[in-house]
Amino acid sequence: MSNTVEMSIAKAINAGLRRAMQDNPKVLVFGQDVAQLGGVFRVTEGILDEFGPSRIFNSPIAEAGIIGTAIGLAMRGYSPVTEIQFDGFIFPAFNQITTQLAKIQNRSEGYLSMPVVIRVPFGGGIGAVEHHSESPEAYFAHTPGLRVISPATPNDAYWMIQQAVASKDPVLFFEPKRRYWQKGPVNLDTPPAGMHTAKVVREGSQLTIATYGPMVTTSLEAAAIAAEEGTSIEVIDMRSMAPIDFNTIIESVKKTGHLVVVSEASTNVSVASEVAARVAELAFYHLEAPVLRVGGFDVPYPAAKLEEKFLPDADRILEAVDRSLAF
Amino acid sequence: MTSQDRVPMVQLLNPEGEYGVPSAYAEYGKYIEALKEEDFLKFYRDMARMRRFDYEATALQRQGQLGLWIPAIGQEAAQIGSGYAVGHNDHIFPSYREHGVAITHGIDLMSILKMLRGVNHGGWNPDETRFHLYAIVLATQTLHATGYAMGVKFDGKVGNGDLENDLAVITYIGDGATAEGEASESFLFAATNKVPLVYFIQNNQYAISSPVATQTTVPLFQRGAGFGVPGIRIDGNDVLASYAVTKKHMDDAREGAGPHLIEALTYRMGAHTSSDDPTKYRSKDEEEYWKARDPLARLEKFLRRQGINQSFFDECEAAGEELSAYVRSETFALGNPPIENMFKHVYSEAHPLIEEQLAWLEGYEASFDDASGNGGAH
Ligand SMILES: Cc1ncc(C[n+]2csc(CCOP(=O)(O)OP(=O)(O)O)c2C)c(N)n1
Ligand SMILES: [Mg+2]
Repeated sequence: MSNTVEMSIAKAINAGLRRAMQDNPKVLVFGQDVAQLGGVFRVTEGILDEFGPSRIFNSPIAEAGIIGTAIGLAMRGYSPVTEIQFDGFIFPAFNQITTQLAKIQNRSEGYLSMPVVIRVPFGGGIGAVEHHSESPEAYFAHTPGLRVISPATPNDAYWMIQQAVASKDPVLFFEPKRRYWQKGPVNLDTPPAGMHTAKVVREGSQLTIATYGPMVTTSLEAAAIAAEEGTSIEVIDMRSMAPIDFNTIIESVKKTGHLVVVSEASTNVSVASEVAARVAELAFYHLEAPVLRVGGFDVPYPAAKLEEKFLPDADRILEAVDRSLAF
Repeated sequence: MTSQDRVPMVQLLNPEGEYGVPSAYAEYGKYIEALKEEDFLKFYRDMARMRRFDYEATALQRQGQLGLWIPAIGQEAAQIGSGYAVGHNDHIFPSYREHGVAITHGIDLMSILKMLRGVNHGGWNPDETRFHLYAIVLATQTLHATGYAMGVKFDGKVGNGDLENDLAVITYIGDGATAEGEASESFLFAATNKVPLVYFIQNNQYAISSPVATQTTVPLFQRGAGFGVPGIRIDGNDVLASYAVTKKHMDDAREGAGPHLIEALTYRMGAHTSSDDPTKYRSKDEEEYWKARDPLARLEKFLRRQGINQSFFDECEAAGEELSAYVRSETFALGNPPIENMFKHVYSEAHPLIEEQLAWLEGYEASFDDASGNGGAH
């Protein structure tokens, strides 16, 4: 009998991190307010009590400094797990992430590896002020040398954070912040597939939705509504935005002939755009309609009272489903 | 000549090559007193080799053998002196002009020339050499040095009085690069964590064409103070000041004193790089002023005063020739890297995009060498 417990995504990341810290004494957790407070979302709550201040500590409010020192610590043999407080505040560290962290292994011809995890609560839907609701994953997915993943369930949160920590390469770990409190079963014994493997989370026959992060839940809602109306939708949780597991998507598209890609990010030049382009290359003759993208508009993330209109919801997804099936 | 000259600085060897320890800087004297004659000769030999190497690399660039050259002429005292003050366990995080520091730690200079030829982006082993890769994005290395020094501290390798195992970190940064926010963040992280780190700022008066006044209104040795990193200015063209002051602060850092900053006042006698034209932004008079302060000539005067005879200087010249002949023949022998190098070490494990694109490029390349002779599209 497997050891399965019910917990939220936030608690699952916490539990996964603790396990990673127990397994490897070189794992350090740092970022703004992560210690006593446990981070503004309490994801690291209690870790200070269990592991003490040599393993988890608060950083100054200096994102480039957090990532730059994480790089130096990795050079010294540590495995830093850093937290960027909110998606919109990763940009002061953009230089260190893209010009240094992503490239040092290559620059050193493999003498150095960069086992650094950057945890980023991302996405909207929480009624926040500006810079607290963004989806900047495409910048990082575009950068060679980085791995970019996002768990959508507590079980994935628990395991993928451990897989990210174990990776020798830098991993951007995007946490769907509006789903932090969503609960689900976590199997504490058996890991799911590797962190870059996509997963069919609902089987269907007429159309495929490929999505990740907070939009997995929304896409499943849309698929449930469609089922009531007699439309069978297969939903794929991509789990990884870099690299993307195209095989799983292509296999599904071969069956359904229709693909809608859903994410919160502004659609132009997005991860969804890459999925659309590659599926057109790899499964052209299996497609019965153009690949459609449902995402945020190409505007700055709007003020809270408008975010409901910005973010895709089940209806917006179903509108695209209808268009695809009617093609 | 410049207002900066009026700020006091540690000088143990004046431009005439006369040695003396001013009472204000008495604490540094013992580091020079502990040196033997062979150490002074080693300083000179490597400064001379460094300069000869620089001329050779400049020539190689002009002959099209290097894509770019970054001369360090004029900065020999700052680099050789501080480089020799770095202990056998310590780690060095350079910027991109620290060829002399590399010499003091036995780095094969071909590693640097390969990079400037465009064969790779560095590729030496920083764990083994303790001389980390050149940092082309200004000031990024200061944070890596800080993080590394944090790790040293977490490892308990500081302040044990154990000269075999304790270690400190030094990072080199230019006057211009101090303006980058990351340098300031580094000072802060270094101070709040009280790490074993020395900042060695080579104030060579210019950041490409911009004089140092573009970057700061307060002398740079004071830059760290507000963050908790005290600083001192030295005459960067005095190899003894460079050695003694760096040695003291590296020793102190290793003993747990926390970070310290050294501003070495020097002069970039050459161009910023082989692509630069300094005649557009500085005067002959200024160049003459600094020529009179040439660090190599200064040390030569000192050694001659000490009775070192001509045969030593001849021997140094020969050592320089030997080094330049070595890099010259090695550079000519460098081939082009194989195309798969581009795809290597991007990730630590197999990656679908990398594998697919490498396979495609190899197939594409192979399509040009069809044995029948009619497959070539070019
Ligand atoms: C972030 C960044 N901005 C701009 C440059 C282009 N650049 C290369 S060297 C240089 C001047 C640096 O001057 P300084 O720090 O004084 O060092 P020096 O070249 O004098 O040794 C500039 C602007 C760069 N390499 N990195
Ligand atoms: Mg300069």
